[in-house]
Amino acid sequence: MPSLRSQMAAVSAALALTLAASSGALAQKKYDSGASDTEIKIGNIMPYSGPASAYGVIGKTEAAYFKMINDKGGINGRKINFITYDDAYSPPKTVEQARKLVESDEVLLIFNSLGTPPNSAIHKYMNSKKVPQLFVATGATKWNDPKDFPWTMGWQPNYQSETQIYAKYILKEMPNAKIAVLYQNDDYGKDYLKGLEDGLGAKGASMIVVKESYEISTPTIDSHIVKLKSIGADVFINITTPKFAAQAIKKMAEIGWKPTHFLNNVSASVGSVIKPAGYENAQGIISAAYLKDVSDSQWKDDAGMKEFLAFMDKEFPEGNKLDGGTIVGYGVAQTLVEVLKKCGDDLTRANVMKQAASLKDYRTEVLLPGIKINTSATDFAPISQLQLQRFKGEKWELFGDVISADVGG
Amino acid sequence: MSALQEIVDTQPIETTPKKYMALGNYASIVVVILLCVAPLIAKNFVIFQMTMVLIYAIAVLALNILTGGSGQFSLGQSAFYALGAYTSAILMEVGGVNYALTLPIAGGICFIAGYLFGLPALRLSGIYLALATFALATAMPQLLKLHYFEAWTGGVQGLVITKPDAPFGLPLSQDMWLYYFVLVVSMAIYVASVNLLKSRSGRAMMAIRDNEIAASAMGVDVALYKTLAFGVSAGITGVAGGLGAIAVQFVAPDSYTIQLAIALFLGMVVGGVGWLPGSIVGAAFIVFVPNIAEHFSKGLSGAVFGLILVLIIFLLPHGSRQIAYTVQGWVHKLRK
Repeated sequence: MPSLRSQMAAVSAALALTLAASSGALAQKKYDSGASDTEIKIGNIMPYSGPASAYGVIGKTEAAYFKMINDKGGINGRKINFITYDDAYSPPKTVEQARKLVESDEVLLIFNSLGTPPNSAIHKYMNSKKVPQLFVATGATKWNDPKDFPWTMGWQPNYQSETQIYAKYILKEMPNAKIAVLYQNDDYGKDYLKGLEDGLGAKGASMIVVKESYEISTPTIDSHIVKLKSIGADVFINITTPKFAAQAIKKMAEIGWKPTHFLNNVSASVGSVIKPAGYENAQGIISAAYLKDVSDSQWKDDAGMKEFLAFMDKEFPEGNKLDGGTIVGYGVAQTLVEVLKKCGDDLTRANVMKQAASLKDYRTEVLLPGIKINTSATDFAPISQLQLQRFKGEKWELFGDVISADVGG
Repeated sequence: MSALQEIVDTQPIETTPKKYMALGNYASIVVVILLCVAPLIAKNFVIFQMTMVLIYAIAVLALNILTGGSGQFSLGQSAFYALGAYTSAILMEVGGVNYALTLPIAGGICFIAGYLFGLPALRLSGIYLALATFALATAMPQLLKLHYFEAWTGGVQGLVITKPDAPFGLPLSQDMWLYYFVLVVSMAIYVASVNLLKSRSGRAMMAIRDNEIAASAMGVDVALYKTLAFGVSAGITGVAGGLGAIAVQFVAPDSYTIQLAIALFLGMVVGGVGWLPGSIVGAAFIVFVPNIAEHFSKGLSGAVFGLILVLIIFLLPHGSRQIAYTVQGWVHKLRK
C-alpha cells in the first residue's frame, strides 16, 4: 500500500520537524540565576534615607517605569521583578545590600546603584562574582574601564568629559583667560577639576589663577565668591551642587562680579537653580547638557518630553517632575529595557554585558536632539556627548555642535 | 537636651552591682555555642551580616566602657573607628602588612589618639563633652580627604582592600574564616573588658562615674582614670574599625560620618548602658532594624526606624538588660 506508506512518511517527517523546531527553541533559551521564562530579577541600591536621600526619587521613578512595562506585558513576555534596597549612602551598608541581592535574592544584575563611594565599595565584589553592575548612577570616570572591570558600566557623561569641553571652548575663544574655580571637596568636585586641568593641558594650567573648595556641609559659599572676585579672574568655573550654585549666581550679581560663568551640568536646572537665583542674574551663563530640562519651555511640545510627562502623570503622580532625578531615572530605565529586549531569550549575565556593550546610536527621547548612546567592547561610556548652552531670557539656548569627549578610566 | 540631662541626673546605671556587668556562666556558654554554630547553617551573606554585628558589638562595647564604666559621653566614636580602619587599610595595601598584625597597631594608635583627646576633655563633662566629641566626628571625614594625606588615604576615592583567605589551607570560605577570626577577637576583647571593669582600675572608673568628688576624696586619680577610659575605649574602637575595613574590603571618608557615631550610641542605649553583653544586642539592632524599617516603607524608612526606637525606649528603658533580667528571674523561679 504505497499511499499509506507515503502518508506515514509525511507524518513522521512532520513530527521530526516539530521536534527539531522545538528543541531548537529550547536550545536558544539560556538563563543565569535571576532570569526565567516568566521573570527577570533586577537589583538596585539607593539612598532612600541618610544625607543623600534626595536622590532616592531616581529609584522610585525606575520602579514606576518597570511597573508600567510589566502592565504592558513585560519584556519578551517576562515580567521585571525590581528589588530595590536602601544603603543610606553608607559604603559598608552598600556591600551588605549588594551581597543580599546577589547571594540571597539571586538577581540577574544590579542596575543603577547610586553614588561614587557606594559603587566603589562593591566594584571589586561585583566583578569577582561576574554579576553586571550596570549603568551606575555616578559620573565618575573610573566606571569606563572594560579591561580591568568588564562587569561595570556607567551611563551619564562622566564629569571629566564635561569640563574638558569647557576647557576646549576656553582655549579656542579666550586663550588669555584668567580662570577661577570653585569646587565641592569630594569625588565629584575633584573629578570635574581634573577634567578641566587635563583639558587645559600643560600650557593652559597656568591660566587657572585660583582654586577654591568648600565642604558640602557648609551653610553658604558667599565668602568664597567675594574672595574669587578680589583676585580679578575673568572666567569662573562653577563646580557646585544646586543649592550652592543658586547662592553663587545671586552673590555674584550682588557684588557686581561679571566673569564668563561656566556652570556645571549638575546644577543647570532652570527650576531648582536659575529661577530661585533670579533670571536676570543668570543671563549669559554657559553650561553643557545631555538631557532635556523639564522646566525649560522650549520642550513644551516635544514628543519625547510629552511622553515623559504622561508617564509621570499616570504612573508616578507623587513624583516631582522638576526634580532632575525623575527624568534621569526614566531615561536610564528605558536604556535597561532596550538592553534586555536585545538579549532576547539569552538572559545570561555575559549576554547582558555583551548587549549593553553593543548599543548603536540608541536614543531615549529625553536626551537632547543629536545625542546618541553608543557603546562597544572597549567603550563602556554610554553617553559621552554634550552640547554647550547659554542662558538667555528664561531658558537655555543650545549653541555649537554636539561635542564628544570620551575619557577612559 | 532635657532628655540628655535626665540621663545624666538619674543615672539608671549607678545602682548596678558589678557582678551584673557580665553574663552568668551558663548563659555565656549558650551564647558562645550559638555564635559558633550559626554560620554552619547560614548563607555567605548572612555570615557577612553576622560578622558586621560582631564588629559593631566591639565598637558598642568600647563606648559602653567609656559611658557605662566611667560615665563620660562620646559622640565621636566614629572618628576612632575611622582612624583604626584607615590604619589597617593603609598598612595592608600600602605597607603589605598581614591583616592580623594591623589590628594591634590600629588599636595602639587609637589608644594614643584617645588618650590625647581625653586630656582636653577632662575640663568638660556631660553634654559639653558630648558636643566636643561630636565636633571630632564631624571633622574626621574632612581630615581624611585632605590632599596632604591623599597618597596614603586615597582621598575621596578611598582604598580597596583584598580580603584574606583562610590560612593553613583550611577548607573555609573567606566569609566564614573572617567570621571566626572576628569572633575570637571579640571574645578576647569582651573577656578583657569584663576583667578590666572588675579590677581596681574599673572600680576607680565607676567611682568617678558615681561621684567624682567622693572618688577624688578617696584618693582616686580622677584625671588619670578619665583619660585612661578614653584611651582604652578609643583603642578598642580602633580594633573594631580595622576589622570593619577588612570585612567590607573598602574604606572611604563617607563610611565614617556622624551617622556611624550616632548608630553606635543607639546601639549602646538599646543594648543597655553599662551592661557589656548588651553590646551585641545593640549591634544587631543597628544592623538589622534599618532593613526591617525599609521593608515597611521605602520613603518612610527613617520614620519607621524612629518609631521602633521610641517604642523600645518607652517599653524597655534599660534596653536589652531589662529583658535579660526578666528571663533570669523566670529561670530562678523554675529552678525552685
